[in-house]
Amino acid sequence: MMKKKLIAVAALALSGSLSAGLAQADDLVVKIGHAGPLTGNIAHLGKDNENGARLALEEYQAKGVTIGGKKVKFELISEDDQGDPKTGNIVAQRLVDAGVKGVVGHLNSGVSIPASRIYNQAGIVMVSPSSTNPTLTQQGFPFVFRTMSNDIQQGTVLGKFATAKLGKKVAIIDDRTAYGQGLADEVEKGVKATGGAVSSREFTTNQSTDFMAILTKVKSQNPDVVVYTGMDAQGGPMLKQMRQLGIAAKFMTGDGGCTLDFIKLAGDAMNDKAYCSQAGLPLDQLTDKTFRERYKKRFGIEVQVYAPYAYDAASAIVEAMKAANSVEPAKYQPFLKKVAFKGAGGNVAFDDKGDVKAGAITVYQFRAGKWEALK
Amino acid sequence: MQPWLHAYAALGVDAKSLILPRRGSSIPARLYLLAPSDALVLYNLLTQVTPTLNTMETLLQQIVNGLVVGSVYALVALGYTMVYGILGLINFAHGDVLMVGALVALQVAAYLQNTWPGLGTTAILLISLGAAVPVCMLMGYTIERAAYRRLRNAPRLAPLITAIGMSFLLQTLAMIIWGRAYHSFPPLFPTAPLQPIEGVFITPVQVTILVASAVLMVALVLLVNKTSLGRAMRATAENHRVASLMGVDTNKIISTTFIIGSGLAAVAGVMISSNYGVAHYSMGFMPGLKAFTAAVLGGIGNLGGAMVGGIVLGLVESIGAGYIEQLSFGLLNSSYQDIFAFVILGIVLIFRPTGLLGERVSDRA
Repeated sequence: MMKKKLIAVAALALSGSLSAGLAQADDLVVKIGHAGPLTGNIAHLGKDNENGARLALEEYQAKGVTIGGKKVKFELISEDDQGDPKTGNIVAQRLVDAGVKGVVGHLNSGVSIPASRIYNQAGIVMVSPSSTNPTLTQQGFPFVFRTMSNDIQQGTVLGKFATAKLGKKVAIIDDRTAYGQGLADEVEKGVKATGGAVSSREFTTNQSTDFMAILTKVKSQNPDVVVYTGMDAQGGPMLKQMRQLGIAAKFMTGDGGCTLDFIKLAGDAMNDKAYCSQAGLPLDQLTDKTFRERYKKRFGIEVQVYAPYAYDAASAIVEAMKAANSVEPAKYQPFLKKVAFKGAGGNVAFDDKGDVKAGAITVYQFRAGKWEALK
Repeated sequence: MQPWLHAYAALGVDAKSLILPRRGSSIPARLYLLAPSDALVLYNLLTQVTPTLNTMETLLQQIVNGLVVGSVYALVALGYTMVYGILGLINFAHGDVLMVGALVALQVAAYLQNTWPGLGTTAILLISLGAAVPVCMLMGYTIERAAYRRLRNAPRLAPLITAIGMSFLLQTLAMIIWGRAYHSFPPLFPTAPLQPIEGVFITPVQVTILVASAVLMVALVLLVNKTSLGRAMRATAENHRVASLMGVDTNKIISTTFIIGSGLAAVAGVMISSNYGVAHYSMGFMPGLKAFTAAVLGGIGNLGGAMVGGIVLGLVESIGAGYIEQLSFGLLNSSYQDIFAFVILGIVLIFRPTGLLGERVSDRA
């Protein structure tokens, strides 16, 4: 009696697991990787990217995507690279080993550049939403793409704007990361090309909170504009300390500082003497008008900066898969070169290096409590 | 003559005075850095190689910057040095206690501002400090009780690794509780900077930092040297086995040491956050590292050393960042500011391996 019952239970369990197995076999599970700093001092930006990519994949799945006659089930594998190049390489290898078909990431240029070699060798497509250092796409890697315009474009606009509109004498501070340094070099070129002078080039780190010493030195040169190329976590407190030292110069920062957190951190030091530039469109003028609402509804928080571009990166991968009717990177990579669609942050189409074509650059000024785009 | 001497000479500095007047000088060799003639030479050098007119202001401003940063380092370094003096343990979780202090204070201050908007900023500051200090004290006690006590007689590496693990644990817990975002610390002080001297700026927060650090340091020195608790602490530091034979409850003394150190860290955390207007779960790492450096520079295990080390490190960083380019004739720039500080540390440790004021090593010889 007991035995029979057991057998019956076992048979039931077996049939149950078989049917579950069959149902899964009908779906094609496609793993997409995301990598960015999910801990550490810019974890808020890393999470923002992850959310952007997740939203895109969830929306595609809700709409239903069929590739090779099978219904696709997307699975996002998100890894924490801690914004550190060494960890970035480990994470990249882990994603490759996990069998991802494409990667959205990494966030930092300094991490993306070494990691891109690993993805390219493994033949896996990588689309960075936010690494803007020009080197990334100049390495001749066919599997490397990005959805945001690079620092040559942004730095030139920033440098020229600072000199032409704000003042001839410019002090430049960077955070010694691949991003900050690369952007600062382009700003310097832009300043000189417009007939301005760089009064001093100073350096800090992406871990610092105290900038009084370098700012005191900057002050002794009396610049008209101070440009900081780095992230909001340093930029906000830096602006605050500038005002504490009685430096009246205008302040300008790149896309890393064009955030809501920057405004919060700079506190009462924010006024109309603060400017920022961003590769891409203003958040309230995104091509996808409902993106911010959908994002907020799904995650309960506001978009920081790069989420629209992470959304576009994930979308580009899925669009190319659909066009190629295959999820294998080697098969869909040629189609990724040809995608052309209207993304959340602008039109998505890549040039032969993998850079997004005709990326927009917007300059903002702080007015009435927020960053306001200047035409 | 060396070529670089010409370079100094071209600037009107008698380079020989920089390097040569040692022989036959009445000043003992190890006071070189403090000799007044050297200070004068250094000042001449700094002023003459700076091309601008507002040199004096800039130098004074850098000294103010250095003192403010340095006194925070000193306050945090006291926590490191007290624990090291008594247990021989480097408590790497100390910086993270500071972070918890800042975030608890932030939470309380935000709550108070929402619930009683009429409350004055001074009251808010004192209440949030009054909340942060006991929380950190309790945490310091718990850390010692849970993580370090069992390892007290283990090989020295075991508690060291545990301390590093503790630091990660606290950061991760803080990340779970307070999230990844940067929090802006409410401005609880008047923000308009003061100008004690024309062109030299100091904010009310910074004045408070200088005063509060000085008061707390003096209070701690008095506690250790003048009270019976302090005597018990010194006895435990000397040799905790013998101290316990003499009737000192060493477990209680060690707990007290952690409690006091954590309380100081909480104060430092609130000060750092009010000064920079930021609080974040990873904010404890850098001050922790710098304070540890300061403690080593001054002589770890030595209270006076922690203070001297903190102030010296703060000044060296500030002066280094401001003048390294001029001092090296444009060869180096401010990206070397941390290296500059560590070179000084290296030089000090080569000539005085136990730090500026000496390590307490009597019982470990």
